[in-house]
Amino acid sequence: MARKLWFLVLLGLVAAGATPALALTSDDCLDCHNDPEMTTERNGEEVSLYVDGDKFQASVHADNGCTSCHEDAEVAGDEHPVPLAKVDCGNCHEAVAAVYEKSLHGKAVASGDEYAPRCYDCHTKHFILPATDKRSSTFNLRIPFTCGRCHKEGSAVTKTHDIPKKNILKNYSMSIHGEGLFRKGLVVTAVCTSCHTAHNVRSHTDPESTISRLNVVKTCMKCHANIEDAHIKIVRGELWEKAPHKVPACVECHSPHKARRVLYEDSMNDEFCMGCHGNKELTKIELDGTERSLYVDLSAFKHSIHKKKRIACVKCHVNVSHENNPVCKDSGKVDCSICHAEQAKLYEASTHGMLYLKGDPNAPTCTECHGTHDILPRRDPGSPIFARNVPDLCARCHREGEKAALRYTGTQHEIIKHYKMSIHGKGLAQSGLMVSATCTSCHTAHSMLPAKDPRSSVNRDRVIDTCAQCHLGIAEKFKTSIHSPLVTKTNKKLPVCIDCHTSHTIRRVDMASFRLLIIEECGNCHKHETETYFETYHGKASLLSGGERTAKCSDCHGSHDILPTYYTESRLSRKNVVETCRKCHPNSNRKFTGYLTHATHHDKEKYPYLYYTFWAMTSLLIGTFAFFGIHTLFWLPRSFRERFKRRRQHSREKLFK
Amino acid sequence: MEARQEYVQRFGIFPRILHFLVIISFLTLAVTGMSLKFAAQPWAEIVADVFGSFRVLGVLHRICAVITFIYFTLNLFLVYQNWIKSGKGLVEFLLDKDTTLIPLPQDAKDLVDTFKWFFGVGPQPRYGRWTYWEKFDYMAVFWGVAVIGSTGLCLWFPEQFTRVIPGYWLNIATIIHSDEALLASGFIFTIHFFNTHLRPEKFPMDPVIFTGVIPLDELIHERPREYEKLVADGKLEEIKCDPPPRWFVIVAHLFGLTALAIGLSLIIAIIYTMLFVYI
Repeated sequence: MARKLWFLVLLGLVAAGATPALALTSDDCLDCHNDPEMTTERNGEEVSLYVDGDKFQASVHADNGCTSCHEDAEVAGDEHPVPLAKVDCGNCHEAVAAVYEKSLHGKAVASGDEYAPRCYDCHTKHFILPATDKRSSTFNLRIPFTCGRCHKEGSAVTKTHDIPKKNILKNYSMSIHGEGLFRKGLVVTAVCTSCHTAHNVRSHTDPESTISRLNVVKTCMKCHANIEDAHIKIVRGELWEKAPHKVPACVECHSPHKARRVLYEDSMNDEFCMGCHGNKELTKIELDGTERSLYVDLSAFKHSIHKKKRIACVKCHVNVSHENNPVCKDSGKVDCSICHAEQAKLYEASTHGMLYLKGDPNAPTCTECHGTHDILPRRDPGSPIFARNVPDLCARCHREGEKAALRYTGTQHEIIKHYKMSIHGKGLAQSGLMVSATCTSCHTAHSMLPAKDPRSSVNRDRVIDTCAQCHLGIAEKFKTSIHSPLVTKTNKKLPVCIDCHTSHTIRRVDMASFRLLIIEECGNCHKHETETYFETYHGKASLLSGGERTAKCSDCHGSHDILPTYYTESRLSRKNVVETCRKCHPNSNRKFTGYLTHATHHDKEKYPYLYYTFWAMTSLLIGTFAFFGIHTLFWLPRSFRERFKRRRQHSREKLFK
Repeated sequence: MEARQEYVQRFGIFPRILHFLVIISFLTLAVTGMSLKFAAQPWAEIVADVFGSFRVLGVLHRICAVITFIYFTLNLFLVYQNWIKSGKGLVEFLLDKDTTLIPLPQDAKDLVDTFKWFFGVGPQPRYGRWTYWEKFDYMAVFWGVAVIGSTGLCLWFPEQFTRVIPGYWLNIATIIHSDEALLASGFIFTIHFFNTHLRPEKFPMDPVIFTGVIPLDELIHERPREYEKLVADGKLEEIKCDPPPRWFVIVAHLFGLTALAIGLSLIIAIIYTMLFVYI
């Protein structure tokens, strides 16, 4: 055991002796360079030669020693050449150096740009730390500051270089990515290098660039892997692959640094198009010989939503190409579905869309309702699809006598007129409530279908949900009522909103015309109850003028919360009925509610008392009239005779006088 | 014009005022009530439209109900007054065959004789102060006011009445009220109108209930028993009077004929409805 130990010690000594006596250690260098006051003069300027030993010992290169980079310092004796040669990182980092060389930064160095960043500008010289180290200048959270040293607005680089994007740092810090970094502290958020890469920074016009139009989707998808699925509603997904030129790239909508839409300038910008189309005399002769103006009124486009979103002409008129002359030759109709894919899909399934696909010349297309160059957002009062303008927009075809009304075969007529007189129409036009329901609120904007179509929003089976968009509270109540299919399982037709309220002539429920309509509506199914209702006071009085005030079906039974009397919650249950009558009869009491509101004296089984009372009274009536009828009948001829007799008597008396 | 006719007083001012109240209230009650009973008919709608609303009809109906209760009470007072004036015992007064309105055996005899006369197998009965049909008219109002009035009060104050009676009695009250009213209107507007006004001898109307006087001839001819009694008691001279002023006769006719026209229109509408709508 002891012999073995000795052998190991001996071996260690031999190994130490074998180390070249020449080799300089970092400590050797730091003997001098660790002095903060060590300086030298270079080109007339005092330059610090200080190296913080502690920091260097913490850096990734600590183990390599100073001379692994400063090779020419490896000299025997005390003096190394002054100044030392520039360190070439590429000696070790070959691959990175090759990439860097072709990048904007690398080329700038090659061209002698004094602002060109070198490795150490980003990585530091002696304090190089791994990117995962929080103290590192290349740690994710610190990258915007590192890049910002040069690219911060107002810096020398931004002033002397033509960088297309301005205020990069400021915009970035306000963007969703910047917010993630600075405010949420997310280390995985995208920083400068995530898109631009660390060493291969290139111009967006460079096809090799990660931010070129061709590659930017891929770049974004490094993080946003499933973004295609998320955009299926906005962009027709397959176009991304089949015809990428038609489809906007990520950055066209989501601006690179500020999540705003900024388009790449290219040769076919709007000014280029307006060069011809700004001319009022520009016309086109169609195949049938008609002349069509191709003038585009820019003042209309100026306020449009597409201008605001900075959509260039060619983003809609996608089929323009430099291969044609003029570039827009035979470019065809604009296909809105490229960007508005979901709306187009809905439209195609609607009556409007189906007619269009069938080639009906009357079928409205996107532009019929939305306009062309002057498209305004829905919330702009000037837009034809602004709530207040919708009825008039639809009326263009659906007013009585217009083309849509002419081909319509259903039961709804004068719909525009009726709508305008309805509570919704008055709410919109007179009360100025823009939340009032318009045509599209019920019929939808793009999926309008006839009510008989089960997919239609105004179909019987779906109309409750349609009304519930606004009248949610009512719909919730209704769903607990006996009329709801959730409560009553039946094959019979259950009433829905429009059965009582109608569709286009919806009125205030406290208006006479509505109150009188209730009975009729309920009577459609509850025939017997309605008939007997009219045999009692409430019903009879309701037939006369002013009769809207008497109790109607809904006053006693409730309307949306209607339930049969055997439900405790029913307004007519034993628990509630006294209170229900009290609404009109303040002194209502338990016995008072025993009044039979649907009584009939024709039902012997159900109401024997009434039946016998009625027949007793009727017998009395018949008896009296029978007796006096006969009495009168026999008296009549006798009375005539009596009258003539007296007249004769009178004339005889006169004669004798 | 022949020589001045002699007139006698048949009705004092008190009964005439009562009858006036009856006409006003009864016609209004009938028109407003029947409009509700036959609410589904176009003519009822017209009535309600003319008055503005069924609520106006209801208010008028209740006002006239109050008038009815008033004339009912005044009539009892009139009977009481006559009883005091007669100086007789109550039963004796009520059953006095010359003045009472209560039907007596003599009325049954008169009825039989009348039918004989209708068929030409006997002479016209010699009626007294009140014929049997007049007595029926009077008693019918008594009965009618009691029945219609009591049921009407139930319907007027249902919340108060149902503290005592069951709720469904209101339904029964409705049937009784409206059918009894139908009987009353039907009777007044046909039988009473014919018996008193429209029969050929009186056509178009008998103004006595307004003027209060009748020609002596007429008294002798139509109510010989009363005439004889008056002569026997020597009271004829007492009730002899001047003919009514001409303007008053005209006003009486205008008013009476208007009432007749309203009543007849209503009964025609009702009969039309019963015959062509209900059956």
